[in-house]
Amino acid sequence: MKPAVLHWWAQRLTAVILTPLCLWFTFALVGAIGMDHASVIVWIKSPLISPLLILFLLALFYHAQLGLEVVMEDYINNDNVRNRCILLSKVAMLAAGLIAVLAVLKIAMGL
Amino acid sequence: MDRAKRPLSPHLQIYKPQLTSVLSITHRGTGVFLSVGALFLSCWLLAVARGPEAYASLQDFMNAWYGRILLYAWLFALYYHLCNGIRHLCWDMGYGLDLKTTYATGYAVIVLSILFTLFTVYLGCNPQGAGV
Repeated sequence: MKPAVLHWWAQRLTAVILTPLCLWFTFALVGAIGMDHASVIVWIKSPLISPLLILFLLALFYHAQLGLEVVMEDYINNDNVRNRCILLSKVAMLAAGLIAVLAVLKIAMGL
Repeated sequence: MDRAKRPLSPHLQIYKPQLTSVLSITHRGTGVFLSVGALFLSCWLLAVARGPEAYASLQDFMNAWYGRILLYAWLFALYYHLCNGIRHLCWDMGYGLDLKTTYATGYAVIVLSILFTLFTVYLGCNPQGAGV
C-alpha cells in the first residue's frame, strides 16, 4: 500500500474506532467531575477501563497526527517549513501519546 | 506545472463563505484544537499518575473559570468533529453527496453538536447518575 493510501485508510479506521470511545470517555469524564484522586485511580485501575483507555489514547494520538499532517500539507507553502512542522508535530504527538499510555500503565500496575 | 507555483487549496480569503466551506474549515479548526486537547489529556493522566498534589492542582485549573471555558470549548469541538466526521465517513462511502442532502446534514451537524454540548454540560452540573 502506498503511504498516502495508508494515511487515508488509517485516518478513517481511527475515526471509526474513536466514535464510540470518544462518547464513552466524555461521559466517563462527566461522571468523574469532582472525583478525588483515589477514586480516579480506582477507576483507571479496573481491568475493563485501562485497556479501553489505552486503545482510546493510541487511536486518538494517531488520528490527531494524521489530521495535523493534512492541515499542514494544505496550508504551509514553503517545503522546508512544512516538512519541519510536520516532523515537529509527529515528535510532539508521539511523545504525548507515549506519556499518556505510560501514565495509564503506571496507574494500572499500581506503581 | 512547476511545483513551486502550484496553487494551495483552498484559498480561504478569496472564496465567498458558504455553509459547506465554513463547516469544512471548522472541521479542520476543531481538529487542530482537539489535538491541543489531546496534549492536555496526557498532562491530566500524568498528573493522576504523579499523585494527589499534582492531580489537585490540575483540578484547580480545570475548576477555575478559564479552565471551565476551555473544557466547554473542547466539548463542543469534540461533538462537532464527531458529528461532522460521521458525515465525512458517509461521503467516503458514497452517501449524501448531492447538494440538498449536503446542506441538510450540514445544518443537522450544527444543531446536534450544540444540543449534545448543552446536554453534557447539564449532566456535568447534575452529576448524580451520570457516571459510567
